[in-house]
Amino acid sequence: MSFPVLSLLIFMPWVGAFVLLVSPGLGPRAARLLALTFSLSTLLLAGVALCGFDPSAAGYQFPESHDWITSLSVRFRLGLDGLSLILVLLTGVVAPLSLLASWSQANNPRLLCILFLLLQGAALGVFLALDFVPWFLFWELSLVPAYFLIRLWGGAGATRSAYQFVIYTIGGSAFMLLGFAGISLAVGTFDFGELTALAANGTLAVKLTALGGIWPTAIFLGVLLGLAVKVPLFPFHTWLPAAYAEAPTGVSMFLTGVMSKMGVYGFLRILWPLFPSALHTFAPALLWLAVGGVIFGAFAAMRQTDLKRMVAYSSVNHLSYCLLALFAICAISRPGPDAAAAALTGAILQMFNHGISAAALFFCVGVLEVRSGGLRGIGDFGGVRTVAPLFAGLCGISMFSSLGLPGLNGFVGEFLVFRGVFGLVPWAAAISTLGLFATAFFLLTFWQRVFHGPRIGAGKGPFADLSAIEVATLLPLVGLMFLFGLFPQLLTVLINPLVNTWVSHLAMP
Amino acid sequence: MIHHPLELCLVFSSLLFCIGLAGALSRSNSILVLLGIELMLNAANLNFVAFWRYGPSPAPATGIVFVAFSVAVAAAEAAVGLALVISIYRRQRSIRLQEAVRLKG
Amino acid sequence: MKLPVHLLWLIPALPLLAAALGALVPRRARGVASSAALVTIIASFLLSCMALSSALGSTGVHQVSNFEWFQLGGGSVRLGWLLDPLTALMCVMVTFVSTLIFVFSLGYMKEDENFKQFFCFLSLFAAAMLGIIISNSLLLVFISWELVGLASYLLIGFWFTRPSAAAAAKKAFITTRIGDLGFFVGMLWLNNASGSLLFFDGGRGVLESAALGTLSSQVTFGGLAVSTAIGLLIFCGAIGKSGQFPLHVWLPDAMEGPTPVSALIHAATMVAAGVFLIARVYPLMSADQALAHVPLHALTAVAFIGAITALLGACIAVAQNDIKRVLAFSTVSQLGYMMIALGVGSWVAAIFHLLTHAFFKALLFLGAGSVIHAAHHEQDMRKLGGLGPKMRVTFLTFAIGMMALAGVPFLFSGFWSKEAILHAAYEWDVSSIPLVIALAAVVLTAFYMTRLVAEVFLGKARSKEADHAHENSAVMTVPLVLLAACSVILGFLGTPVWPWLQSTLTGLPMEKHSLLEGASLIVLSVLLVCSGLGAGWALYARRLRQSAAAEDPLESTWPRAFAFAGARFKFDELYAATVGRLNLSFAALSDWMDSNVWGGLINLLARFGETAGHFNKETDDEVLNTGFNAASEEIRSVGKLYSRAQTGETHGYLRIVALGFVVLAILAMMGGAR
Repeated sequence: MSFPVLSLLIFMPWVGAFVLLVSPGLGPRAARLLALTFSLSTLLLAGVALCGFDPSAAGYQFPESHDWITSLSVRFRLGLDGLSLILVLLTGVVAPLSLLASWSQANNPRLLCILFLLLQGAALGVFLALDFVPWFLFWELSLVPAYFLIRLWGGAGATRSAYQFVIYTIGGSAFMLLGFAGISLAVGTFDFGELTALAANGTLAVKLTALGGIWPTAIFLGVLLGLAVKVPLFPFHTWLPAAYAEAPTGVSMFLTGVMSKMGVYGFLRILWPLFPSALHTFAPALLWLAVGGVIFGAFAAMRQTDLKRMVAYSSVNHLSYCLLALFAICAISRPGPDAAAAALTGAILQMFNHGISAAALFFCVGVLEVRSGGLRGIGDFGGVRTVAPLFAGLCGISMFSSLGLPGLNGFVGEFLVFRGVFGLVPWAAAISTLGLFATAFFLLTFWQRVFHGPRIGAGKGPFADLSAIEVATLLPLVGLMFLFGLFPQLLTVLINPLVNTWVSHLAMP
Repeated sequence: MIHHPLELCLVFSSLLFCIGLAGALSRSNSILVLLGIELMLNAANLNFVAFWRYGPSPAPATGIVFVAFSVAVAAAEAAVGLALVISIYRRQRSIRLQEAVRLKG
Repeated sequence: MKLPVHLLWLIPALPLLAAALGALVPRRARGVASSAALVTIIASFLLSCMALSSALGSTGVHQVSNFEWFQLGGGSVRLGWLLDPLTALMCVMVTFVSTLIFVFSLGYMKEDENFKQFFCFLSLFAAAMLGIIISNSLLLVFISWELVGLASYLLIGFWFTRPSAAAAAKKAFITTRIGDLGFFVGMLWLNNASGSLLFFDGGRGVLESAALGTLSSQVTFGGLAVSTAIGLLIFCGAIGKSGQFPLHVWLPDAMEGPTPVSALIHAATMVAAGVFLIARVYPLMSADQALAHVPLHALTAVAFIGAITALLGACIAVAQNDIKRVLAFSTVSQLGYMMIALGVGSWVAAIFHLLTHAFFKALLFLGAGSVIHAAHHEQDMRKLGGLGPKMRVTFLTFAIGMMALAGVPFLFSGFWSKEAILHAAYEWDVSSIPLVIALAAVVLTAFYMTRLVAEVFLGKARSKEADHAHENSAVMTVPLVLLAACSVILGFLGTPVWPWLQSTLTGLPMEKHSLLEGASLIVLSVLLVCSGLGAGWALYARRLRQSAAAEDPLESTWPRAFAFAGARFKFDELYAATVGRLNLSFAALSDWMDSNVWGGLINLLARFGETAGHFNKETDDEVLNTGFNAASEEIRSVGKLYSRAQTGETHGYLRIVALGFVVLAILAMMGGAR
């Protein structure tokens, strides 16, 4: 076996967490630097994987497989395809920057770093595991550090929101676990590859039907619920604004940048390949929910006075575009290849782009919060652009990226999603454009109230422009917005073979 | 009246036992109580030997072995007992049994 | 020198480069930013001239250069550049007018601390507009279209510390975005229906006959042809950007930006984009013309929207008191004219008017800017007056611009282009309403422009600012002179006697007409212009305003109508009360549903779980634990009782042992007796 790059990807952050754990005497600065180094390992190793990645192949690359629990036929299988690679790259970018965003956090930085690295490793595990049991373990393990990060470093309502976040998500996952127990009972394997193959030739459906009664539907709904809560799919999103708003800035960045992608990833990797026919049956209803998420998310954001909650609601809106694309494909019995390819590519790009732009926006709100001593109401600021032009500029770029301005990354994903969805379910695309409008409306209101006008509120006092560390956090994200906005080819080349395979499967009867 | 050496022995050991019992029950000095108990023990030992010697089937050395064990146990017991007495003394500067009631329920 | 089509991208790329440079250099590098902007826009102008010469070399041919933007599944998303006379002429106009406005801004913005940023945004604005013009793909048009929106947002809100400017910028972006959503959906539909977004692609483009045939032959909801529906949706975008009714409300507010920005928006870049877009996709818009049974032709809607806008803008302009707002509403009205021309089937007339209008409207705005700059930012024309003798160059050039806009016959460009539109409307056989409205607007235009000139330049100064005004430096007056020259010359490119522009744009041989052929219409419109000028003269120039507070003659005659027009027919209030309120209440509903319905459902579920837990706890406490607790208590009390025996009295124990011994002995004896 060759160099186990995927295992290293997952476990390097955990090694870092362990090193920090056993060296309690480390000063805060050293601990942060160490954590940052280990966090950057993901980007480095992802770069290694990228170099060895064959962009013309659709299957899993760098496969690793170890026996784990033989009696249950559970294996520790890892693999990387275009979708995973994009998400690993996203993690590699967002995680170190989130850590950098927590740089000034003075309260027990070592523990913060440990939890952060644990979270990072777990998220990477979710993107790379190919067997349900390890996948699910990583999935659940990511909750624990997230809980403590929100609970210990969060705002005033952090206890309640962290609690809600974990209970809600675990509640969803419990149903998913039950669903997979049912699947294992029916076919005796947890391996995603095998399950996909079984689902593709219809065996899985037959065997699940053999369980009788409502079980096949119940299993599907269980898995659906677990993923829907995580994404979140409207109306299972109510935990999200509270959790994102109360979490400290760096954690909000990671939650929205990486963890929210785990749900969409699950939809694409698990639910869709395993339950094509069930998803087809439920897709019309789910499509309504996705449209609801697009519209209600955006309009609810308009009403928020807490900027973090506003950005959180915009996340609901943006992630609903990904699901809109998927459900539109599933709702049609034989989708056109062009539209399906556009929708799928758009959904994946949207995941990446949202990770970048939402993380940047959360960071910007965090900057405001730091400057004003914890204020983040839309009415607490005014005229900030006068005193902090650099901050205003970078925040403005992030904002326009989020509202889908062409030339920045957000547009490409949204355009492709809409292009695909319009070709599949025109009314859904037409209604969802309202979400685009509302997004522009509330983001510009945010910008106008906070940055423009005379200096009032917290903008009136001494308001320093970005520090070097803050620039180092925001600038890479802004750079990526331009890069992928102008050259989406850099990303699409990685996922094209995968998308083609999916589309050709769809074309089959 | 006494027509068998066994009876003589038994009477003797009974007397010894009674003396020991009386001592153990009546003295308040714990060392003397221990002494009384030793006497009672030795009365029992005497019985062992007597029954062995004048019993129906005097197998070689059975009684002696019993007595040897008993004496060894009694010695150990005395050692422990005296150690306890010393420790009680150290604690409350007296070895009167009536005063050693700290462990009552 | 000819510019090959595959290098056409240089035209917008150069200003874009200047914008990037302007964004990166520090604030104090004023010279770097402004000279970069100027040099690149001049270079773009030269390149545009080269492009024009190469386009003129092959009229009637669409030179295209398509390329792949990114791969997508099995296919790819392609963009491209397009070079034809329309593109080339627009490029020349935009770069030329932009150059002059840039030069003017050097003087106008001299004292502003964000001078550098201003040139950065101006370059971005010009680049985005040029991007729209040269693109051969509706997607690329949309991309540039949105960038125009961004640049206008940044520039309208340039003085962002003023709350009104910040609000106006947002309003412009949001209002145009409403139209853009229609454009976006239309683009998606077009892509879905024809499989491409390229205009010309060797027979597969959407503006080529194969695709047009397919699009016009399919029928969608309401019996409309698909091409009609797509055309109308794309027209929504044009309504937004070109300030057509009912989305014209942002345009007057856009006056919050610095005056050169207003000039750029109203002349060369933003509002021209909508008209240009419709002219560009004209084959698509007119694809349904051959169909007799459809309920609505796309172009008919365009003509009527244009007619409504033309009249609306002119009526409101009559009652405005701010120089820039008068000009803004005149733009609205003139754009309505262009839409009428497009709607009645003469896109060439629309482009002709677009080009002439660009020059004289830029002239008027820069002239207004010159006045405002001289009068220390006093824009209310009631407080100006008497500037004519003090600012001769400005006065003369402004008067030329005014006459061009009013359509003073024969010498001025506006006359010829307006005439072309009227002529086209006259020949339209669907309805005569657009023609009647256009003629009515001719009177109004002449009237309100006369009023403007009389109020600002004639009479005596009515405020301290106006009294102290004096002519500006050459950097501001030279552009005025150049634009004034163009406002005169340009009209002769498209007269009926020598319709060079028409034949160049269409690629058809020149059809010369004598002026006498349409003489009745020309005479009519000349009479109307004269009546407008005369009425203006009679009301405002003969009886000059005496003080800033004096009542307007029209105001004293029809006070309520004047006030209503002055309040812009209360469109803002209407929208705030309907669309705005609807929007806000829907947002409130979403928020309420979120916290009460969806959150409530979840809380209900949580409450249910809590109740179940509580019930479980009670059962445990009351039922299961009771028996166990009782047994434990029993055992405890027994133990307590027994512990009484533990007296600690060693003698007591010994006595009990002795007693036991005695009992045993007795028992043994009784046993022995047996």
